[in-house]
Amino acid sequence: MGMEGIGARVARKEDKRFLTGKGRYTDDMIVPGMKFAYFVRSPHAHARITGIDVSAAKAMPGVIDVLDGKQLQADGIGNLICGWMIHSKDGSPMKMGAWRPLAVDTVRYVGDAVAIVVADTAAEARDAAEAVVVDYDELPAVTTSLAALGEGAPQIHPEAPGNLIFDWQIGDGAATDAAIASAAHVTEIEIHNNRLSPNPMEPRATLGIYDSAEDHFTCYTTSQNPHVARLVMSAFYNVAPENKLRVIAPDVGGGFGSKIYIYPEEIVCLWASKKTGVPVKWTSDRTEAFLTDAHGRDHVSKVKMAFDKDHRIIGLKVDTIANLGAYMSLFSSAVPTYLYATLLSGQYAIPAIHANVRTVYTNTVPVDAYRGAGRPEATYLLERTMETAARELGISPAELRRKNFIRSFPYQTPVIMNYDAGDYEASLSAAMQAADWDGFPARRAQSEARGKKRGIGMSCYIEACGIAPSQAVGSLGAGVGLWESAEVRVNAVGTIEVLTGSHSHGQGHETTFAQLVADRLGVPIASVNIVHGDTDKVQMGMGTYGSRSGAVGMSAIVKALDKVEMKAKKIAAHLMEADESDIVIENGELKVAGTDKSLPWFQVALAAYTAHNLPAGMEPGLKEGAFYDPSNFTFPAGCYIAEVEVDPETGKTEILQFVAADDFGNIINPLIVEGQVHGGLAQGIGQALLEEVRYDEATGQILTASYMDYAMPRADDLPSFTLSHQNTPCPGNPLGIKGCGEAGAIGSPPALINAITDAIGINDLTMPATPLKVWSALQGSSMRMAAE
Amino acid sequence: MYATSYHRASSVGEAVNLRSSQEEGRYISGGMTLIATMKQRLAAPSNLIDLRHIGELKGISVEGRAVRIGAATPHADVAGSAALRAVCPAICNLAGMIGDPHVRHMGTIGGSVANNDPAADYPSAVLALNATVITDRREIAADDFFVGMFETALEEAEMITAIRFEAPERAGYAKFANPASRYALTGVFVAKFTSGVRVAVTGAGANGVFRVPEMEAALAASWSPESVAGVSVDPGMLMSDMHATSEYRANLVRVMAKRAVQAS
Repeated sequence: MGMEGIGARVARKEDKRFLTGKGRYTDDMIVPGMKFAYFVRSPHAHARITGIDVSAAKAMPGVIDVLDGKQLQADGIGNLICGWMIHSKDGSPMKMGAWRPLAVDTVRYVGDAVAIVVADTAAEARDAAEAVVVDYDELPAVTTSLAALGEGAPQIHPEAPGNLIFDWQIGDGAATDAAIASAAHVTEIEIHNNRLSPNPMEPRATLGIYDSAEDHFTCYTTSQNPHVARLVMSAFYNVAPENKLRVIAPDVGGGFGSKIYIYPEEIVCLWASKKTGVPVKWTSDRTEAFLTDAHGRDHVSKVKMAFDKDHRIIGLKVDTIANLGAYMSLFSSAVPTYLYATLLSGQYAIPAIHANVRTVYTNTVPVDAYRGAGRPEATYLLERTMETAARELGISPAELRRKNFIRSFPYQTPVIMNYDAGDYEASLSAAMQAADWDGFPARRAQSEARGKKRGIGMSCYIEACGIAPSQAVGSLGAGVGLWESAEVRVNAVGTIEVLTGSHSHGQGHETTFAQLVADRLGVPIASVNIVHGDTDKVQMGMGTYGSRSGAVGMSAIVKALDKVEMKAKKIAAHLMEADESDIVIENGELKVAGTDKSLPWFQVALAAYTAHNLPAGMEPGLKEGAFYDPSNFTFPAGCYIAEVEVDPETGKTEILQFVAADDFGNIINPLIVEGQVHGGLAQGIGQALLEEVRYDEATGQILTASYMDYAMPRADDLPSFTLSHQNTPCPGNPLGIKGCGEAGAIGSPPALINAITDAIGINDLTMPATPLKVWSALQGSSMRMAAE
Repeated sequence: MYATSYHRASSVGEAVNLRSSQEEGRYISGGMTLIATMKQRLAAPSNLIDLRHIGELKGISVEGRAVRIGAATPHADVAGSAALRAVCPAICNLAGMIGDPHVRHMGTIGGSVANNDPAADYPSAVLALNATVITDRREIAADDFFVGMFETALEEAEMITAIRFEAPERAGYAKFANPASRYALTGVFVAKFTSGVRVAVTGAGANGVFRVPEMEAALAASWSPESVAGVSVDPGMLMSDMHATSEYRANLVRVMAKRAVQAS
């Protein structure tokens, strides 16, 4: 592998820039004549707009213009779209209500944008925004999915009667019902998956620049996929044709999914720049981020899992209601369907599965993909159910899982997915050994002696990454293909630029992608630059989400490198008068195998560009591009174990150890992979113990719009993690890699809740397991015991 | 934040004059609450009078068991004072639990006590230590100082200059932090003097910091964690919010009191 090749623990090239404050983020961009925007937002969860008076605001100091939704509509700017069509089980298409970039007649959540103020300074824009008078007729609001489906609930969009967006199903209902009817045991449980706010460190920002001389737009934005942003803004929002719109996503400080989507602010700032004739910048503050960044999760599910007398699962039936918020965000329909229900087989051989999913409008922030996107919901549901079943059946959680593991591959589940490779036993055994599972009873006794309640819990997760085969997702309703592209550009003196459609916003691509090139060509990573995030520099690309940049993005680079290598070998063979098939590339040299003849890499590159002596008919230059479309998803899997101690006096949970045993296939850079797992675990632990977006159900006001009330995990909430990796290389891509970005957030919540419920001896506990909730559960059980 | 005028005072007298002469003036010390509130546009004083550069407001003096902490002394200085730790480690420990290092280097005892946030740590110490709040014009006993949530006995333009107390024989502070804000969801400060015991609770009271006479009596009879374990507080007088019900807070008062005694 070499010092810097595949498998090497190389420190991140980009960290010097980030850690010394030299990163260049959207808000750092300054262009001549730039002005600042502030958005007037709805203070109500649901209201009719009866009038907007901007006259006082326009007279405020520094104000350039105040623009509203009617003007936007008059200029032909389109509504925001959801890019994945789902059909209900009756065949009808999903019922999508209009999401106007600036609300025209109705606001549907607190934070819904109503008007934009452009002024000389951000403070002046904000002052003037307060002087915009919007008259509202308040309407009743609803925030929970169950209430929104209820009789007489407020109607949020006329297009979706009863607030039902779609009623979709997957799997074989009759076979599943039959399995349940014939079962020796059926475990029933209700599962809540709490609503989360993504909280990337860098809040969203955008800078819209209109050049009237060229009739051309430039959009700087905090995006995980600038090409998709350009495509959607051109094709659907009518901002500008693609050749007149450049989208640049420079350094981006985290996304976790929330920066996949195109939000109203990008569109409105571009339009406002043309209207006002000045570049317009908007930067979200943290409160706006809580109010407007797409939330994650928010599922309520009923589950039935059927077992035969030997404790084998014979059927799984799931009924889920997913809250999609006030509008359908870009991928919102795919998350609780194809990214969720297709994973309900987990690591288990389940002959019959049926899932029904209803999605619902509420007067809340739109909900879309957040780290894991559907797969955490599936894993939490399945692994809480397995744990509950093990307790009911009186067998160990490990034994129940082992009995049901899929053990031969490929394996076709009843819910679309075809697992290509895996060894679930290997991760389970590794995790149990690392956690000293067998020594737990003695440790529990020690805790008991100190008046503490100790518990242990596991979770065996699987996820589908490497998103995704274009034809397959197209047949399921996706509006785009999910391939990736790469271009490898060898410069005349041998240094290399790799242009990728993947986007790095914390993942370390500048290092790992360079390691791949170093591995193939034997050049140092310092001579390889990764170029991304600019539609003018990089050919088309699909961006970064769904743990796809390694499995899909790097596979495209491999294909381009194959072509570069082939041409370089031809040139080398010609120059050294050898046969092309005898040329090998080693340590930065092209050698004739079995001889001492060699040419350094840079000399071959130079030869390609001087073109003085190339094989007959060969074009000059050394630059190749490739598109890679995966043949299947990839299936990272693993086993997580949490061991906790609960203080019964306060209900506070301390995590004593957390073990993660992951099979990500081959690993490019263990250091970066471990960092991804650590970050994912922090978010999963956040979901399990701390984080929840709460609304006032009567008014629809968000109650957790700051860190005073929204509990983000901090360093002292987290233990030191014990990690290990098992490896069944992915057979579907050239590097054998599966993806690691989301696993930590997917696998950890059920392990923790299984551990806490084990500790307190009460199975009925929802996330986040706050001290208040755990203490209250303990009080309830002691009251029940006293009553008995 | 709305536009505001900033004034830097160099003496107590100058500060009080500025505060009285400027319209809509506010003292600012560490600004750990005020600046955040102003950034959210929930407070909009036209004039800020900064007290952090007034030499006479800073510093800790310990003479025998008499302690005086200048109002503009940051939490980090209280947490790190060896002289104070020698006579009253509990208040040093309390200061070390406030916020994070950034907050502890900016926030001051005078600012915290004057703000009287119902979830702030210091009011419990001031009340339990039977401290005297010294202002630019008078001395106020702790029992008279804390009036209600964010309300104190301070008059318009009156400024805290120092906190004074006699170090107790023993004292302890235990805090159960709000998982989100890390303010006290419930904090209990216990102090034992030759004259008696004082127990003060922050974070829990519907009317701000309060004393618990039953616990004081129990601890006066026997200074041990078990003494308070059986004393219950009426949930009816406690706050209830999404982070903690009043019943949960009542439980925490008992548990934290026990742990405060343990820590003493």
